[in-house]
Amino acid sequence: MDPISNQHISHQFNEELENLRNMVMSMGGLVEQQIERSIKALRKMDAAKAEKVVKTDHKVNLMEVNIDEECARILAIRQPAASDLRMVVTVIKTITDLERIGDEAEKIGRLAICLSEKDITFKAKYAGIKHLGNYVRQMVSDALNAFARLDPDACLQVLKDDEQADEEYQALMRHLITYMMEDPRTITEVLDVVWVARSLERIGDHAKNIAEYVIYMINGKDIRHIDIEEIEQDILS
Amino acid sequence: MLDNDMTETSIPNIDPSMMAASGNKGAADSGEICMEVENLNLYYGKAQALKDITFTMRRNKVTAFIGPSGCGKSTLLRCFNRMNDLVDDVHIDGEIRLDGKNIYDKDVDITALRQRVGMVFQKPNPFPMSVFENVAYGLRLQGVNKRRVLEEKVEWALKGAALWDEVKDRLTENALGLSGGQQQRLVVARAIAIEPEILLLDEPASALDPISTLKIEELIYELKKDYTILIVTHNMQQAARVSDETAFMYLGEMVEFDDTNTIFTNPSEKQTEDYITGRYG
Repeated sequence: MDPISNQHISHQFNEELENLRNMVMSMGGLVEQQIERSIKALRKMDAAKAEKVVKTDHKVNLMEVNIDEECARILAIRQPAASDLRMVVTVIKTITDLERIGDEAEKIGRLAICLSEKDITFKAKYAGIKHLGNYVRQMVSDALNAFARLDPDACLQVLKDDEQADEEYQALMRHLITYMMEDPRTITEVLDVVWVARSLERIGDHAKNIAEYVIYMINGKDIRHIDIEEIEQDILS
Repeated sequence: MLDNDMTETSIPNIDPSMMAASGNKGAADSGEICMEVENLNLYYGKAQALKDITFTMRRNKVTAFIGPSGCGKSTLLRCFNRMNDLVDDVHIDGEIRLDGKNIYDKDVDITALRQRVGMVFQKPNPFPMSVFENVAYGLRLQGVNKRRVLEEKVEWALKGAALWDEVKDRLTENALGLSGGQQQRLVVARAIAIEPEILLLDEPASALDPISTLKIEELIYELKKDYTILIVTHNMQQAARVSDETAFMYLGEMVEFDDTNTIFTNPSEKQTEDYITGRYG
């Protein structure tokens, strides 16, 4: 039986923790949407859509502030211990990463605006961006699902996916460098695309961080800065 | 240049003794066993109140006992200075070893044991006499009668209990006139005046206001430099704040005994988890 699904003697405390989880999930949902929309705006070179992404970022920031406030309130009033404490700590850290992911999506939106103003089209050779974008968006989604379902195996998968994302990023960079060398006139344009790739890679890193916090929440084990093989043994043990 | 010479010459001279001294102290601080409890069972008549309890306590550490009412915390605490001997129909088997010697052996002098293991109760219980005489009481029983020695010891004990500044001008007043928090610290002073090795605290702050509670907690922190402390508390945050190790008890059994940080962030037993997160019941 998992401890977190059990009920507190205090119903109010139950509701507060449930509410906190929901707040994180809706912030996560919004952030996922931001990533998706920013990539779509880039692919279509749609300045209006990109503008919307940029303008929505303040909502993500506001959610972070609200959740932080709620966490501080719960810590002060309830003095949670053990799994409850780990959950609140995990939430505080998770939303910082979610907010950063939001910032990266905003950055992609701004680059999309910038590129569309130069009348540049999203060329077939940039397909890697689309793929990496979908990949890291899925990682964020998986990490949040692992948070909701308390699933350490799913967390582990996100950690592995991040290695794959890093590899894809490296390959994409090699391609982009080749394009710049082939035709130096495209350097300005391709550099912007490089920034997009960089942002996507960072989103993957943040998803990985979230997965690490979630493992801490479930098992009480801090697995940051440890080899993935060791982590696997740790979780399975 | 001069500084360099100084350090270069002084370090090799000081080093070996420093190393030895700090090495010994380190061992005493972290690991020296003070009390060992082995397969302790206690029965009130036919009802078993403690079930097969085994653990060790280290010197100069604070060990907290937590658990719901009736789980046997106070009963266990009272075993350590044989207070349960006063209760009719109590039967105990198993061993509690203080420095390797079973305190339930027949040749143990209970008075001597209680001098080594002092106790403070939930409600402050000063004697109806002056502040000074309260603290001097145990010393007089030990045969200390010299006024100067008594004065020194009383002052030392009151300072140790963080009460001296508040009562130094009221030493001749009746102790019952002190506030609850002051009375509790007075009782602690009375307990430490005879210089026990171990202090048993049975919910020492449960009847006190938050500020007095903090003073008692601060006192525990100070006292552990010289004493080994066992504390029973219903206030889990208090256990988390003051103790180095925590034991969770339930229905007479010791469910989990571990480092306090571990108990409060990542306990290994589900019962412990449920209790400290408020899911018990």
